Amino acid sequence: MSPRRLELCLLLALIAAAAVAVSLGESPLSAAQYHQALTDLASPPAEVLWTIRLPRVLMAALVGAGLGLAGATMQGLLRNPLAEPGVLGVSATAGLGASLAIASGLAAFPGAIELAALAGALAAGAVVVGLAARFREPEVLILFGVALSAFAGALTALVFNLSPSPVAIAEVLAWLMGSVENRDLTDILRALGPMAVGAGLCLYAAKGLRMLTLGEEAAQMSGLPMARLRVAAVAGSALLAGASVAAAGVIGFVGLAAPHLVRAAVRDDPGRLLRPSALAGAVLLVAADLAARLIPTEQELKLGVVTALFGAPVFALLAWRAARSWRS
Amino acid sequence: MTAAWTLTEIKARRGKALVLDGASLHVASGEVLGVVGPNGAGKTSLLRAGLGLMPLEAGQAQLGDRPVGELSPVERARMVGYLPQERRLAWNLPALEVAALGAPDLPPRQAMAVARERLERVGVADLAERGVLDMSGGERARVLLARLLATRAPLLVADEPVAGLDPDAQLLTLDLLRAEAAAGAAVVVTLHDLGLAARSCDRVLVLDQGRVAAEGAPRQALSSDVLAKVFRLDGALVETPAGLVVAARRSGTPSR
Repeated sequence: MSPRRLELCLLLALIAAAAVAVSLGESPLSAAQYHQALTDLASPPAEVLWTIRLPRVLMAALVGAGLGLAGATMQGLLRNPLAEPGVLGVSATAGLGASLAIASGLAAFPGAIELAALAGALAAGAVVVGLAARFREPEVLILFGVALSAFAGALTALVFNLSPSPVAIAEVLAWLMGSVENRDLTDILRALGPMAVGAGLCLYAAKGLRMLTLGEEAAQMSGLPMARLRVAAVAGSALLAGASVAAAGVIGFVGLAAPHLVRAAVRDDPGRLLRPSALAGAVLLVAADLAARLIPTEQELKLGVVTALFGAPVFALLAWRAARSWRS
Repeated sequence: MTAAWTLTEIKARRGKALVLDGASLHVASGEVLGVVGPNGAGKTSLLRAGLGLMPLEAGQAQLGDRPVGELSPVERARMVGYLPQERRLAWNLPALEVAALGAPDLPPRQAMAVARERLERVGVADLAERGVLDMSGGERARVLLARLLATRAPLLVADEPVAGLDPDAQLLTLDLLRAEAAAGAAVVVTLHDLGLAARSCDRVLVLDQGRVAAEGAPRQALSSDVLAKVFRLDGALVETPAGLVVAARRSGTPSR
């Protein structure tokens, strides 16, 4: 399949998934009500479709695209199909930022949690950019990412530990589980800015990611400005991951699964993988959010819980395959 | 002949260890220079330091008449193509696309044409669409050689290009590099097979413990004296109908 046709197919799948996700929900509508929603925008059914469900679907698509693109970029940069934003510690640090904001009572201010999460992600991104400039070996970045993740996780646990209010703890936990409930257009616009910048940086780095197939030294000698491309890739994926966490909490495994789904279709090309991964991530997260809404449970399932339930086995499967290919 | 690559009295460290201790190298267009030496002699370090991939503690590295450190990535890539010893590829790209990575300066269609021609030259044109991770080590080595040739650079530096190849592929690799030299390129290869170095290179540089132990035409550089002192071999270069070979046995001194 040509890359263009692949992207077109994914785009159609995304539109179809979004249409289904807007149409279906917890409160079933009759045919007459659907008709009313389309004709009378002030009617209650229109309210359900366009003010409650549509922003939620759009947010799921945006966050999914951000995570998919960030994951594909990290995998190209680190030359490892098991890399994703979580690996570099960006997600965990963003989660820490949000936890701190909630526990210290800043949640009362609109946008404070998002800003704190983005600040956390960018701090992690800055650390990783610094390390990436100093060490060229991808393994080093992964190891530092593991350390950063563990440290941010420990600090988040410390926030729980020291928090006097059980309400704040419940709020932090709910947020860490990830969700795109109750979003409106303002939330989407707020996420769009950093995501657009991040996406631009990642796509700029595409040719460098392709060259890195040959290894660090051959890429360095190739004539491409590898130092600059490397920083763009790290900064871009940190921005995307940070904005995603800021917008929807911690949602794992989309960054891992989306590139995996489309890799074969682009013949493993890490540069051409980027845009299809973003589209696949959007489809995945819209579908996952629909599942979270439709699976009948007493409490609505959190989006991050759903992706983790499906994603962790996928990760194990990928690791199994990778291990087999290393052995051969 | 114009000087293509000149390294003068280079000192460099890997970690704390001094791996290059005043080594010099010179290669001009039209010639093949073979760099040989025991494991750990500093062959790879000499290439890396000379290409600006490793900081110099002392000495000078020049490409053409300019210090390597002053060149922009684009200028350096225009002057030199490098085949690293490390042949691990991260992704299963088709061979054609891997070879085309040698010509990122060309528009995609032209780069593909160059890549196709180079794959043909190294004898794996029929594998153009095969993923490089689905190939044997020898096939992959040929694809990477095609990638090097696709750079069209006036200086080609290949670090152990024949490691792990069968005899036919070894000879083909050096024949192809000799052809590049005949067409005007300067070629530097590191080799472990001293006979192959003697037959295929115009000059041989013998490196030992970060220093140049001998340099010159193969017969001079690989004298029995050098074989004994540097390689701990008791033997000599012997002329045969197929060219020079090294006939030797381990000398009494224990090797490192």
